[in-house]
Amino acid sequence: MPAVKGFRPYGPELDKNAEAVVLHFEEYEAFKMCDYDNLNHLAAAKLMQVSRPTFTRIYASARNKIALSMAEGRPLEIEGGEVYFESNWLQCLLCGSYFNQPHPEEVAEDCPLCGHHQIQQIEQLDFTNLQYDSL
Amino acid sequence: MKVAIASKGNTLDHLIDLQFGHCAFFVIYDKDTNELQIRSNPFKEATEQAGIRAVKWLASEGVKSLIAGDFGPKIQPLLDQMGIQLIVIRKPETSIQQIINLLKQKHHAKA
Ligand SMILES: [Zn+2]
Repeated sequence: MPAVKGFRPYGPELDKNAEAVVLHFEEYEAFKMCDYDNLNHLAAAKLMQVSRPTFTRIYASARNKIALSMAEGRPLEIEGGEVYFESNWLQCLLCGSYFNQPHPEEVAEDCPLCGHHQIQQIEQLDFTNLQYDSL
Repeated sequence: MKVAIASKGNTLDHLIDLQFGHCAFFVIYDKDTNELQIRSNPFKEATEQAGIRAVKWLASEGVKSLIAGDFGPKIQPLLDQMGIQLIVIRKPETSIQQIINLLKQKHHAKA
């Protein structure tokens, strides 16, 4: 766990009511592993038990938030609570369905819908920009 | 194992609903007993957190996996925490019956 709960900016022009930026625990971990422990992304992803694309996303989010806090003079809070890791997403090459693997310790072998064995790992499913497949 | 499918209507001929939280009905299928239940979604009209409330309700019914055309972005962390699987079918013309047939076929192939 991090040694501090967060950071507060100081300076005469400071907006006292600036909203805190909340850094999730996994973002703190990702940032620390890369930029303090000097691990590469692959090694850090393995330690966090997430896929490399997921790790890259968590790390990028951490850096954005830290930069936001510094650039806008906003307090930075490290959320110490629940440790949450995003699950990996896969796609079935036969039926085309997307599915996640909620238990990272289990390896997906087949599609939970049709049972087909040809499945592939994908980048995080984009929930906000829907592209429907045509039939 | 129980699977909940978001449905636009209360028969198996209806199509998958693309809106998980606000779907009209949930078809709950038990892969082990082959039992089917069609339940109306109590959170259909909810203005807030319909998806999250539906997930909690379905989990309390023993559902371990959810099927819909789409899910809101806030749902995934909750499901990861609860160990529930999401299956996203981005083919709006898929009927509930087609999905159940796939699940049955898979179950038989494994047994
Ligand atoms: Zn499949």
